[in-house]
Amino acid sequence: MELVLVPQRDPEQPAKHQLGPEHSPHSPLSIHDLTVAYDRRPVLWDVDLDVPSGKLVTIVGPNGAGKSTLLKAALGLVPKASGRIRVFGKTMKQQRSQVAYVPQRESVDWDFPISALDVVAMGRYGVLGWCRPVRRRQKEEALVALDRVGMADMAARQISQLSGGQQQRVFLARALAQDAQLFLMDEPLASVDAATEEAIIEVLRALRTEGRTVVVVHHDLQTVPDYFDHAILLNMRVVANGPVEEVFTPEALRQTYGGQLTILSEASERLARRSRVEHP
Amino acid sequence: MMLATAGATWWEAFERALLLRDANTVWVVLGVLALGLASGSVGAFLVLRRRALTADAISHATLPGIAVAFMVMVGMGLAGKSMIGLLVGAYIAGLLAMAVIVLIQRTTRLKDDAAIGIVLSVFFGVGICMLSLIQQMPAGNAAGLESFIFGKAAAMLPGDALLIGIVSIIIMLTLAIFFKELGVLCFDESWAAARGWPVLALDFLLTGLVALVTVLAIQTVGLVLAIALLIIPASTALLWSRRLVVVVIGSALVGGFSAWLGAMLSATIPKLPTGPIIVLVCASLFFLSLFLGRRGVLPRWLGKRSLSRRVDRQHVLRACWEIIESSDEEDISMGDLLAKRSWSERELATVVERCMRAGTLQRVDGDIIRLTSEGKERARRVVRNHRLWEAYLVHHADIAPSHVDRDADAIEHILDEDLVKSLEQLLGASAGEVPRSPHAINGGGGAA
Repeated sequence: MELVLVPQRDPEQPAKHQLGPEHSPHSPLSIHDLTVAYDRRPVLWDVDLDVPSGKLVTIVGPNGAGKSTLLKAALGLVPKASGRIRVFGKTMKQQRSQVAYVPQRESVDWDFPISALDVVAMGRYGVLGWCRPVRRRQKEEALVALDRVGMADMAARQISQLSGGQQQRVFLARALAQDAQLFLMDEPLASVDAATEEAIIEVLRALRTEGRTVVVVHHDLQTVPDYFDHAILLNMRVVANGPVEEVFTPEALRQTYGGQLTILSEASERLARRSRVEHP
Repeated sequence: MMLATAGATWWEAFERALLLRDANTVWVVLGVLALGLASGSVGAFLVLRRRALTADAISHATLPGIAVAFMVMVGMGLAGKSMIGLLVGAYIAGLLAMAVIVLIQRTTRLKDDAAIGIVLSVFFGVGICMLSLIQQMPAGNAAGLESFIFGKAAAMLPGDALLIGIVSIIIMLTLAIFFKELGVLCFDESWAAARGWPVLALDFLLTGLVALVTVLAIQTVGLVLAIALLIIPASTALLWSRRLVVVVIGSALVGGFSAWLGAMLSATIPKLPTGPIIVLVCASLFFLSLFLGRRGVLPRWLGKRSLSRRVDRQHVLRACWEIIESSDEEDISMGDLLAKRSWSERELATVVERCMRAGTLQRVDGDIIRLTSEGKERARRVVRNHRLWEAYLVHHADIAPSHVDRDADAIEHILDEDLVKSLEQLLGASAGEVPRSPHAINGGGGAA
């Protein structure tokens, strides 16, 4: 009888071995060693991060820092040069239904012949399955999602008849309709009116209350302390990653943004003022 | 007399075609009808996916496929003109062209339209060369191969029509089955990919269907005009509807109707080529829709005109209100009114005339006018909206008061009741009251 030698596995740490040493099995989104390049020009370099569970997380950084690319790479929409993505400890492919993506508003043609309700109903397609037509039930679920963003009375409108902010809310409603645990949103607050911003933030907070995790690419540093719990400062690599109070320091901001600092120092000052008020 | 006879025969011929009295016409008409329906419905997705030019490349690229298929069949000792054999060759060449386009797009930094143009012209050039070589070949009867370039619907045999019919039904069934998936692909590809839909496979499906329709169309309308049957019906339908289902079905109907009428006309009038006539019928529908369609030029122009007229009337009413407000007199002279805004005497006279017709102004005598009671009510509302909006901008949008007048001008005319109510709430204005203007009122009103 021949003896086959099998390499011994440490019986105590099978899960860790599967995940790779850096991955926390509980993180909604865990990114390890991610490098993305367009035409040999790196956009993201060795990005490592764990997104905390049940928090409102923002990714901030200057233009061209790779914020949108980070979301797209996590979702597998752009090819990665290297790196591993885990969603709640599994691959993105296994967890697709748990991840809702809100693309940038400019990424689609808003002249497309489709109503707001039909766009939101796309969020239910995954549950519906292949080749099944949308029925009344999915439309009702879509209407509930539209109502959550305050757009129920706009359901029948063709999407080109909506304002920019309303279009953004339709995109958000489509993600809500999917009933996911992790939300990845690309600039949902870019060039929207004040009413929309308020409505969106309210929805994000409700999602947090429900224990879901929301990751938002954001451009307005001034509002970061008010809106988010956790910030990831990104400029090709992760400059800082942690609770907003810890991460939003002038030094970290300077590292992220280089010279362009006038607004930034203002924002961190605001933060400092706020924490003085909260912890005198 | 001559004319009457000619008219009668023309009508008789059309009637013969209409009632399908000729066995030949029956097959041609049924064949092109199926083709029109299929290409219209596929075309809707193609246009919405912004791939119109790709279809043109595919149709031009079918030519070398036809030539190669012919040579292979001659080489195998077959007659060389089995229609199915030629069409299979065309289909393979069309897909090959598509693959080359994708390859160029992925591996080089060439722009999409350049890649498409290169593939289109190179494949077509190769095809033409092959055709002239074939015509010098001793074996096989190559006559008629060039009819694929401009199409020859009249030569359609019952078998051809049957083939077109069956394939068209398959195409439309496939579209119906994957309607939802293709819709997502066309609307928001990156979201579909993020959700895990196989975007690439869906794209192949759509391209495969387009190539299939194209191959059917080259026989009828020719490969040069095949693109028309894909793009024009869809563009026509898009001028009418804002719903995907309606656009797809409408596009199919436009395609089907054009093909049917075109075939009728060419059967009626001797020596008229079917393919180009179909395209022209389709184009006429498109131009008609361009003006009359719900999203066409005419309704848009009418809507714009009615808005700008309303804005003009509101400007006059507001100017009247402001003059009365500062002078405490009911009479308004045209001169004062003229000084309020930068309008010419003639423009003002026209607008005032329209206001009188609408019953908001009345002429006292000569150059003196007054607001009617209805006019006063309207003017009050207009001024109120204007000032509410100005106040909103001043208090809530950090705009200097001197810049406000313009912005308020632009937006007050489209304020709806809900918005006015929320402005009132926001500014704590009580309903009905006209607030004071936040800036000095410009023009002759104060000086009078």
